[in-house]
Order: sequence, then structure tokens, then C-alpha cells
Amino acid sequence: MRFALSPDQEAFRDAVADLLAKACPPAAVRAAWEAPPGQLDRSLWGDLAGMGVLSVLVPEADGGLGLDETYLVPVLEACGQAALPHPVVETAMVAAPLLGADIGIVTTDLGGPNLPCAVDADALLLRCGDRLVRADPAAVALEPVETVDRARRAARLAPGADLTDAEPVTDHPAEVGRALDRGALGTAAVLVGLAQAMLDRTVAYVAERHQFGVPVGSFQAVKHHLADVALALEHTRPMVWRAAWTLARDLPTRARDVSAAKAMANEAAERAARAALQCHGAIGYTVEADLHLFLKRTWALTRAWGDTAHHTDRVADALMP
Amino acid sequence: MDLTWSPQEEAFRAEARTWLEANLAEWRAACGGAPASGDTREGFAQHLEWERRLFEGRWAAVSWPEEHGGRGASLWEWLIFEEEYYRAGAPPRVTQNGIFLLAPSIFEFGTAAQQAGILRRMAAAEDLWCQGWSEPDAGSDLASVRSTARRVDGGWVLDGQKTWTTRGAFCTHLFGLFRSDPDSERHRGLTYLLVPLDAPGVTVRGFGRLDGDEGFAEVFFDDAFLADDAVPGGVVLGEPGQGWKVAMATTGSERGLTLRSPGRFLATAERLLALAARAGDPTLRRRAATAWMHADAYQQQTLATVTRLAAGARPGAEASLTKLWWSELDVELHRLALDLLGPDAELDGPWSKGWQFALSGPIYAGTNEIQRNIAAERVLGLPR
Repeated sequence: MRFALSPDQEAFRDAVADLLAKACPPAAVRAAWEAPPGQLDRSLWGDLAGMGVLSVLVPEADGGLGLDETYLVPVLEACGQAALPHPVVETAMVAAPLLGADIGIVTTDLGGPNLPCAVDADALLLRCGDRLVRADPAAVALEPVETVDRARRAARLAPGADLTDAEPVTDHPAEVGRALDRGALGTAAVLVGLAQAMLDRTVAYVAERHQFGVPVGSFQAVKHHLADVALALEHTRPMVWRAAWTLARDLPTRARDVSAAKAMANEAAERAARAALQCHGAIGYTVEADLHLFLKRTWALTRAWGDTAHHTDRVADALMP
Repeated sequence: MDLTWSPQEEAFRAEARTWLEANLAEWRAACGGAPASGDTREGFAQHLEWERRLFEGRWAAVSWPEEHGGRGASLWEWLIFEEEYYRAGAPPRVTQNGIFLLAPSIFEFGTAAQQAGILRRMAAAEDLWCQGWSEPDAGSDLASVRSTARRVDGGWVLDGQKTWTTRGAFCTHLFGLFRSDPDSERHRGLTYLLVPLDAPGVTVRGFGRLDGDEGFAEVFFDDAFLADDAVPGGVVLGEPGQGWKVAMATTGSERGLTLRSPGRFLATAERLLALAARAGDPTLRRRAATAWMHADAYQQQTLATVTRLAAGARPGAEASLTKLWWSELDVELHRLALDLLGPDAELDGPWSKGWQFALSGPIYAGTNEIQRNIAAERVLGLPR
């Protein structure tokens, strides 16, 4: 038994976190709000691909790293911490194991009707009845949607979109199920990273902000809000890592463990977002402070790939068949 | 990451499971089927029989060295034992305050003579220890203790009062903090003393807790004389005047995982799943799944903590987060149990008793308000 990242896993995550600290500061997330369709930062995406982030789950023989979810999940946490706008869960966690390495920017409708970064995608992984198909975005009617988090850059499939020319990927229910679980767990990891980022930013802010002649972080009411966020994170991150282990080995508890991770990550991130805004006060209630970039991503992702009720019911079904 | 148990650990689990199953059945039969609560006078005697059985099987304190009555088990094996213990439905440990709260301090600060003289008798439930920290005016604010210890020829003279002393009315010994420097304030000038409760001048009065059991006591010291040799190896743990430092080592154990391991809550959650499956109410079913997740999260978080401890880390302020989690989890679990029972929740029974006991969790070992302050200041680094 060793419930910790290996030195390799830690080094991989830290290297990605270092890259994102330089290449994906809040200003870069804001840039993704404004960039025209097709103009998402490709240089950063190329750097992530170069580090192997996008092909962790692809076998070495096919040009990937040939590693498993226990390597990718901590990296996705780091992506969440930077609020990276790119569809890294959709590409690296969901599409790459099915489509292979060097697939560009891929998005999917498996996590919900609003396909993240659909306006920038090189390929779409779509559900077509019980099958998964790969489609060319140019060949499918997509309708951009206005999302609260504009960095989602989302679009929907037009009603009655024609997928007859799309390339079949799989019609195996087990593979479809694994893709859904990978998306849910990857999103849980991103939410843990977002929650950590909101906590860190708020801790720094309440130590600086003075009212009544003292830092507001010295007030117990503020401390207790933030202690509750730390408490939730301390007990949610291990659930996410454990589910990565379960998924990597395809253990019989996969549905239970993945859904428990997503349900708890949803709750931890919602709590972090609520506490972060409250503790920032009016300064957080603006689009000028960076906090809103993290809040809005959180609100989107807690309901993508299954909300808390959906995943809790799935845990209940696994526990009480 | 490696989330598998070794063959040796699996064998340890199997041995514990077999022993517990056989011995619990025998003990229950000897108690006429249903043992009384360990926090009543009648029940306490029954539970001592159970404790002695554990000692004879070398399960009373598995992580201790063999010379003191343990089996030198690793932290991992200790965790496995706890899991099996509560899964089997074994009773709460009436010896826990000695074994889980005092013993870690004796291992860290005790002399060889104290270790030899105290630990084995503690594991064998021959000496029964209660914690003498709280006083009428010193609850969460432990550093405000007023009970005094005055140095005299051949020992100490104790004055003052301790209270809310769990199982004090049934115990033989008390470990406590006493102000030995009359001019001192707060955490300075305190001495950690080991006191036989039959010392002259000591009076113990049991009283009812919220659930009515005589689980509490107040202990009065009226010029009580504590001879230097009243406990083998001496009555001072650590150095005189260093009591706060010694006591803080124990709070880490109390708040952290040693007192309340995940096995206990997982076992409760499993029982609730069975109740919820029968109830068929979708809201209660969802709440049962959520409660189970929270118990499981405590287990996973503990595996991460033990990984760090096994690598040589010391328990730090994170223990406050652990205490917040398990105490609020216990309330959540029992609240759900009452809702599953519906109108029968008012009946006196294991769940209603468990509910009342769960409500003490956010209060003892430092209230959860204090724990949130500690977590915010020492884990997150917020200004004091």
C-alpha cells in the first residue's frame, strides 16, 4: 500500500504546472474569452502535446507515453488550477485512448450538449445512437452557444445534424462506458484544481485586505469558510486519485469510485467557489478581478459529465443493487 | 501509487477476522447475549472481560512492541485491525483513553521504568486510565487550567477539580495537567502527572452524560498527596513544568486518526446502506450513498496520511481537519439513521444512543470551532 504519487508522477505533474504558470496565467484565460473562433492558443497546446500530456493514455507503439490514468489525473488537476481553456479532458482523457496520438484539438458531446472549444476543434468525437463516431467539424452543422464562461468556446450540434459520413470509432458498450467514466473523472480532477486555485487566491486576498484596521482573514467567520474548503479538498483529492487507480485497472468498483469522485469534486468546487466569492466581497463580484474566470468554469463543469445527483444515484445503485 | 495489500497484510487481516468472530460470539454469550453499554457500571465490568480477552489474544494494542503486550504491528496492520474490529461489530474500547491518548505520550516522553511499569498493565486492562484535562473553567481553553500541584518532600500535593472526565467513575488512574508553578500563566508552568484515583484526598463523583449513562465524572483534589512512587517509574511524565509540550503530543493523537479510525465509520455506513436499501425512499437512499462516500473519503484520506507517516512524517495541524471530518461524519451518519427509523427514532436503542454520542464528537478533543481556527491558521496560514 502506498497512497501517494510516485516520484515520476509528481515530476510529470510539476513540469506541466510550471509550464501552465508561465503560459496560462489569468491573462491567457481572458484572451480565450476574446479570441475569434479557431484562434485558441495553439502554441500552448503544442507545448502540452510535446510534453506528452495529450498522449499519456496512448500505447507507446502508437506514439504515446503508454501510461495510465494515475499519471494523467494529477496533470489534469494542474490544468484546472490554471483554468486552462483548452479541452484537455476531452482530448487526452476521452479521445486519445480511442483515436490515438497527434489528433489535434478534439472535443466531444459525451459530457453534455455544449461541446467545449467546438469552435476550435480539429475533430469531433460524437455519440451516434449506441456508437461513437469521429466527425470533421467542417462537415457537421455546429451552432455556437453563448456560455457564462466564454472560455468554454462551446457549440452545439444543430438539430438533425447528419452523421452518416462520420467514421465509426466503436460500438462496444464497455468502451463507451469507459470513455464516459474517463470524462467524468478527468473533469473531477479539473474541479479539484479549480477549487485549490480559488482557495489559494482567497487565502492570499484575505491576508492582504484590511477592514476595521485588521486583515479580514483574521476574523473567525472568514477563517471558518476557508477551513471548510480545505476540509472538503483534503477528503476529495484522495477520492479522485483512488478512482484513477480503479479506472487504470478496470476494477469492478469503477462505476462507484468514479461517480463518488465526481460527486465529491462537484461539491468541493461549489463550496470553494461560494466561499471564495463571499470572502472576496464586492471586489470578487466584478469581471475585473480574475476570480470570476474560476467561478464560471466551476459552474459549468460541476454540471458537465454528470451532476451531483446523477453521480450520487450511480453510487447508490452500486452500493444498494 | 499502489493500492493493494501485501500477502502478509492479507494474512494479518484473515487472522484478526477469525479471532474476532470467534471471541465476540463467546463474549456475547458470556454476557447473556447482549452486553450493556460500557459507560454504565454493569456494562463496564462486562467490557473489562472483553478487554482482557483482547489482551490475551495480543490484540489489545497491536502496534505496541511485544514486550509491552502488543505485536509490533505496522501502522498499516493497525489500520486493518481497526477495520476488521468494527466490521465484526466489536464494542467501543473502554480502555481507549489510556491506550490511544496516554500511551503515545508515554512512548515519547516516558522513562524506561515508566514504560515497563505502566504500558503492559494498561493493555491488560489492570490499570484503567482516564484523561484529566478539562476543568469547570478550562474546556476548549485548556491552557487556563487552575488545578495545582505543589512540590513537597517525597511527592506532590494536588488541589483543584477536573470534570467531564470520561469513564472517570470506573477508572483506577488519571493522567492530567496541573499548574506546578503558582506564578505561571497559560501553557507555562504546567506539569503532566499520573495519578492513582485511590490516592488520599481524591474524590470521584460520576454523573450522567446526555444519554443518561454514568459516563462522566468530576474529580476533586483536596490536599491530595501524590507520592513520587505512586506509579511505577514515577508520577511525572516528561519534566516538571513541561506538561504543555507533553500534552500537545496527546492532542495530536486525539484529533488525528488513532482515536477514531475510519473502520468505525465505514462499518456504520455499511449498516445504514442495509437500512436504506430496505426503506425504499429515494431521498434517504441518496443520502445513504452520500454518507457512505464521506466515510470512504475518510478511509482514502487516511491511507494517504498513513503513507506520509510511514515515510517518517510527523502528524501536524492537519489532524484538525481529520477531527472535523470524522466528528461531522458521525453526526451525518446518525442523523440519517434516525431519519431511516422514523417514529421509532425516539426509542432507546443503539441508534438513538449512537446519535447522542455522535453529538459529543464536535465538542470533545477541542470543539470544532477551535479546530477550524487551527486549520485556518496553521494549515492555510491565515493571520491570527
